[in-house]
This record gives sequence, structure tokens and C-alpha cells, in this order.
Amino acid sequence: MTLLDVENLWVKFPTRQGVFDAVRGVSFTLGKERLGIVGESGSGKSMTGRAILRLIRPPGIVEADHIALEGRDLMQISEKEMRGVRGQQISMVMQDPKFSLNPVMTIGDQLVEAYRLAHKSGRSNARQASIAALESVSIRDPERVMRAYPHEMSGGMGQRIMIAMMLIPGPQILIADEPTSALDVSVQRQVLSIMDDLVTSRGMGLIFISHDLNLVADFCDRVLIMYAGRVVEVCDADKLHQATHPYTRGLLNSLPRLDQPRGKLDVLKRDPAWSDAPSVSGRA
Amino acid sequence: MSMLSVENLNVWFGRGHDRVNAVQGASFAVDKGESFGLVGESGSGKSTILKAITGLAPTWDGKITVDGQELTQGRVKSFYKTVQMVFQDPYASLHPRHSVDGVLGETLHLHGFRDIDARVVKLLDDVGLGQKFRFRYPHQLSGGQRQRVAIARALAAEPRILLLDEPTSALDVSVQAEILNLLTDLRAEHGLTYVMVSHDLAVVGHMCGRLAVMKDSRIVEVMDVDSLRARRAEHPYSQELLRNSVGA
Repeated sequence: MTLLDVENLWVKFPTRQGVFDAVRGVSFTLGKERLGIVGESGSGKSMTGRAILRLIRPPGIVEADHIALEGRDLMQISEKEMRGVRGQQISMVMQDPKFSLNPVMTIGDQLVEAYRLAHKSGRSNARQASIAALESVSIRDPERVMRAYPHEMSGGMGQRIMIAMMLIPGPQILIADEPTSALDVSVQRQVLSIMDDLVTSRGMGLIFISHDLNLVADFCDRVLIMYAGRVVEVCDADKLHQATHPYTRGLLNSLPRLDQPRGKLDVLKRDPAWSDAPSVSGRA
Repeated sequence: MSMLSVENLNVWFGRGHDRVNAVQGASFAVDKGESFGLVGESGSGKSTILKAITGLAPTWDGKITVDGQELTQGRVKSFYKTVQMVFQDPYASLHPRHSVDGVLGETLHLHGFRDIDARVVKLLDDVGLGQKFRFRYPHQLSGGQRQRVAIARALAAEPRILLLDEPTSALDVSVQAEILNLLTDLRAEHGLTYVMVSHDLAVVGHMCGRLAVMKDSRIVEVMDVDSLRARRAEHPYSQELLRNSVGA
């Protein structure tokens, strides 16, 4: 079943030198799956995620034939209706929990606020639900964490708290923008498996935006590879290492590998043709 | 004789009840021209060891010897002629209102060089940036270019040891490859000794000959890169770290 259908998405920024196209004609569908979007910084992967939620501020312009969430075109609805979509139907986890949690509110207050906004419930009820949400992301001693401020949390805990908060309204889609890049490898695994469990058990769709090819190959079902605002290649995640596009190959070859010692790493040689070619469709 | 040796190093922050023992009983030695890696999760104390060596963490005891000279609590000026550090985040480590020329010129001036103009040119060439970047400001540079400037600044003092604190973790993989290649070249050209902190085992495996695995402020294992490649770790934590590093 298709949860989200994006057709011909463009994100444009007018500049003094003319219009800059950050995303150029991206199309894809998302079912109940883990869809990875990989690319380097500036490839438009985060812009794609933000454009879905209409989080691009003016003067940025979002254009698309449609962005359909279960048949409802998000491009057509009002800003007020959009507020009912953000968080409630599509949630987003950003890269660094340090910047996405409110530094002057306790974790508990933030979770309770999120819960009450979504469920219109009483304070004590919201508190119980918040503690349960913290438990669901494997936080030991949730009572203490409820009283703590974000700066008292480690990065991994902060990110798990963000995930807990984002899942409180029970959204259908989670957009995770580099959710584990600020974390250690050992914690990364843990956060990913928690996210995976929650997404799978609730039958959600996940858009996983990352620059880490190995992580995406390991964690996702399907991968879009973006370069200069376009999707240059779509493949099954487990076949990422057999990718054929020279850009994907270049990225894979520039990674050091423990099993293949080399004196020098391959440096990516960029071909202008990669950015000129039309976007590959990511429809399942 | 080793270029850098650390014996029974303890580093702590705070006092009384607030005391945090960030590094406990760390010992390792790095030979001249060797590249040594420190891996472990955040909070394990790997960056703190670099900070203690370079004098940024003043509360330490134990013995640190650089090029045969034992360090005291303070750092003399000549120390920084031998040891320089490159930090993780190239966006944070350059002053936003100082041009590349200003950053490098000031550093050279502080180290007492006279022929600053010629040296700035040489440094920029060394790190593969070239003349056209000389009068740019950090916001006019990409992340990789900024890290090259940070490396040039570290090289300004003509040090013999570079302490590298996650030098590529804020960069894209294609840029990471360029910076790692640059570091490899510089080590060969200048006969530098590296101590490199990274959470990425593949990067450490590529750059270093030996590495220490840290957990909870202690070094749990020192191994060579061949054991790392063959995934022959002895300590259970190192084994876990190897398992967790996806595709590395």
C-alpha cells in the first residue's frame, strides 16, 4: 500500500545569480517500508524531506505535481490544515537532539506537552503515557529522565527521547534526517533497532535520510541515491554494493575498508553529465 | 625511542562529589613516524587523552613524554613547535571573521617566523589549496577546504607530532577520502607522527598501524592493524565494536 506518493518535486531558491534548484524533479513512492535517501551534503536529500512537510520557508519555493499522503494532496491544503499533518501524520527526527529539544524545559514537560497536543488528555494521564514512551525507547529510569533537562542527556539518549516524542501522536510516516550521525557506532545500532522495532510494529513508513552508504545498505529496504538535486539511481538496499551509477560507485570506492587495505583512497571525479541527466523515478 | 609515550595517565574534571575520572591509567607509546589510533565511544576518554597531551586539560597526573622530554603540568612555548592538534569540526575551529591569510599569518607570527608571506604560500600549497584561497573567509570555504586550512594552521609550527581529533567525521565520504589522502601524504613528506582519535574503525584501520580501544575511561586493548583487519580482538568490548561497525 502506498502511504506517500511524490511526483516531480522541485525546491527552488531565488538568488541574485538566478534561481537555484536544490531539488530537481524527484519522484518516489513510500509504502510500509524503510526508504533510504543517500547523498552528500548539498545533494538535496534533506530538502526533499523538508519539502514533504512543507517546511521550506520563503523565499524558497516548493513545486510538485503532487505530494499525496494517502490520496490527499499536501500541495493543495492550507497552512492550517498542514499543521494537523506535521507531527500528527508525518513526523520528523532531525540530526542533532541538542538543537531539537527545548533546552529550558525538562524532558518530561516536553513529552507531556507533545502528548496533550496530540491526545487532548489530562496531565497525569499524559505523564503516564510519556513514561511509557520513554520506556519504549529503552530508557532506563524514565522517572529521572522526566525531571532532567536536555543538556543532562547523552546524544544517544537525546535522540531516543526525540524518537519517543515524535512517535507519541502515532504518525503514519517518520522522516528521519541523519538521526544517528551525531552518535557513536554502538549507540547508533541501538537507536536504529529501536526505531526499526517501533516503525515495524506500528506499520509505519520510514524515510531515512543519511550520508552513510553502509548504514543505509544495512538498515533500509530501498535506496534513492541523490546527486545535485536529482535521483541518479534507485536500488534495493541489499544490492547497493552492486550499484552501477558511476557516482554511487565513486562514493563506495572512496570509503576505507578494513578488509581491503589500500595506500590511497579513490577520490571521486565528478562528471557534469551526472547532474544534467533527468531524475530517476523512485516509484516502487 | 618512542616519540610520544603516555604512562599511567589519569585525567579528571571537577572535584569532590563532582569529580569525573575521564581517563584512568592509560599507557601507550608511539614511535617516531608511526600513526597510532584511539577508538571508543564518546565519553570513553579518547579525546581527553589528546587534550591532556596538548595542555587543554590541566588536571592530570601520570607521565607524558614527548621526544624524550617529560612534560610538567604547564606547557612551554617550544612544546607547540613539536605538538599540534587538528580538531573535529572545521566549522567551529576557524574564526569566522579571520581570513585564511589572517589565521595562518597570526599563527606563524606567534611561532616567531619572519618570512610569513612565503610560508603562508607554502602552507597553502602543502595542503592542496593554492593561492586563490588565501584571502577567503571561512564562510567562503567548503567543509573540506576548511579542514585543509585547519591542517595548514597545525603544520605552520612545523610540528613533529599531529594530534588528530576526528579530523574527517564532519565531512562527506568523498571529501573524507581527500583529507585522509592528504594526511597520508603529509606524514610521508614531513615524517610526522600521528595520534588519531576516531569512532570509525575503517578510518583508523586505513590510517594507523596500531590502535588502542578505550572503554569507560580505560584502555582495554592495544592491537595492531592486522588483528583489526582480521577481526581478531581479544577484549569482549573490542569484539562488540568490530561487530557494530557496519560494513567497515
